[in-house]
Amino acid sequence: MPSYNMNQVKVGLRILIDGDPCIIVDADFVKPGKGQAFTRIKYRNLKTDRVNEKTMRSSDMVDGADVVEKPMQYLYNDGSHWYFMDQESFEQLAADGHVVVDAAQWIKEEDICLVTLFDGNPLVVQPPNFVELEIVETDPGVRGDTSSGGTKPATLETGAVVRVPLFVQQGERIRVDTRTGAYVSRA
Amino acid sequence: MADERSDWRPTATLEVLRVRAETLASLRGFFAERGVLEVETPALSAATVTDLHLHSVACRLDGDHRPLYLQTSPEFAMKRLLAAGSGPIYQICKVFRDGERGRRHNPEFTMLEWYRPGWDHHRLMDEIDDLLQAVLGVEAAERLSYADAFRRHAGVDPHAASDGELRSRAAAVGVSDIAELDRDDLLNLLLSHTVEARLGTGRPTFLFDYPASQAALARIRPGDPPVAERFEVFIDGIELANGFHELTDPEEQRRRFAADLAERRRRGLPEVPVDERLLAALAAGLPGCAGVALGVDRLIMLKVGTRDIADIIAFPIDRA
Repeated sequence: MPSYNMNQVKVGLRILIDGDPCIIVDADFVKPGKGQAFTRIKYRNLKTDRVNEKTMRSSDMVDGADVVEKPMQYLYNDGSHWYFMDQESFEQLAADGHVVVDAAQWIKEEDICLVTLFDGNPLVVQPPNFVELEIVETDPGVRGDTSSGGTKPATLETGAVVRVPLFVQQGERIRVDTRTGAYVSRA
Repeated sequence: MADERSDWRPTATLEVLRVRAETLASLRGFFAERGVLEVETPALSAATVTDLHLHSVACRLDGDHRPLYLQTSPEFAMKRLLAAGSGPIYQICKVFRDGERGRRHNPEFTMLEWYRPGWDHHRLMDEIDDLLQAVLGVEAAERLSYADAFRRHAGVDPHAASDGELRSRAAAVGVSDIAELDRDDLLNLLLSHTVEARLGTGRPTFLFDYPASQAALARIRPGDPPVAERFEVFIDGIELANGFHELTDPEEQRRRFAADLAERRRRGLPEVPVDERLLAALAAGLPGCAGVALGVDRLIMLKVGTRDIADIIAFPIDRA
């Protein structure tokens, strides 16, 4: 991967910091009228999602990180690894459970996910923004019950629990926004 | 890119450009009323500044083998006019500094610079205070010594603290490769990262009496510690101006140029020709004076209330 000088540092650039892949979320040139110039960056660690700051001199360089995002099809999991297939090359990749931890509750086999790869290895798996899933368990709703704000918990086939309106019943398919975990409609 | 050619448009609104024009007119009015003469000096010069942290843009005229430098400020030429007996003078001009681009920097920007023969830096600060009240409508300024500002906002004495103490304070700010920063780099880092943001809140702050090692072209006043008779002006954490009780001693000036050039060689920075015409003018007799350079773009940023210089320049460097 290339290295970048401070003139090339800009928002969105993927760089390596202490061996971790990071994305620059803010960059500012700081210079007193008389004195050394600095570039101050804010970056999000793509592994931990934490945002940190770093100040560098204009003569410093940063290493680029080999980070790409690809749509990949989720195939199956064997309990320890989750398997995905590249939509263009049909190559298969195995992701550790911790990489899929947030997406696991939403995805079913054959779903197309957005997989972030770092040096060719899966780093983050994002589920589709909207998924359609079957309700495997929920209380039969009683009309007029407003104590819970007109909603009730429902367990979906993937294990996720979402709040649904009282009129939605077990065995129905619903549409869910995975970014917020909110019920959208009956499917 | 599909929309690439929309970059012919100005980044500043026409309304802001009108504010810009009014500001320039009011600056000129301010000096006309006070009998300060407007002058123009060359933007292209055979010599340039030796300051380690200012990078001049060099260019060549047809058939000339020596480069000419675009001025980083009109200071040297204006001092030659002062030595020639001009009396108080001011200039509003474009200056150029390579490598300076960001939200508060454009490599080409507008400078207001003026000189007052017979004044010291405190008397000049009084006049800047008047100018800021007139042009920006701000409150009267406060004055804070460099040492007091560091004690108050960085919890450290900038003159007495050891290099190690400054280093550990700077490390807390998260600078890479701290070992290579010298004492002034560390002080500048603390100034720009922790002190500056707290200056000029509610009213402008004049920061004065800098460490002697940061004198640039200011006189050094003997004492314990000796301090440079230099000041800067901050409003809302933005550095707006830098001024000096000017050094007039040609020998001392020559020594400072030589020290800069030696350090430039050591750091592998471009060597630049020393301005012998300036030194000759000092030898002929520069009257005791105070001078200040004020960033007009930053003044307009404060006037319209933006933190981004592109909002107040018609065409910043990436659309130039």
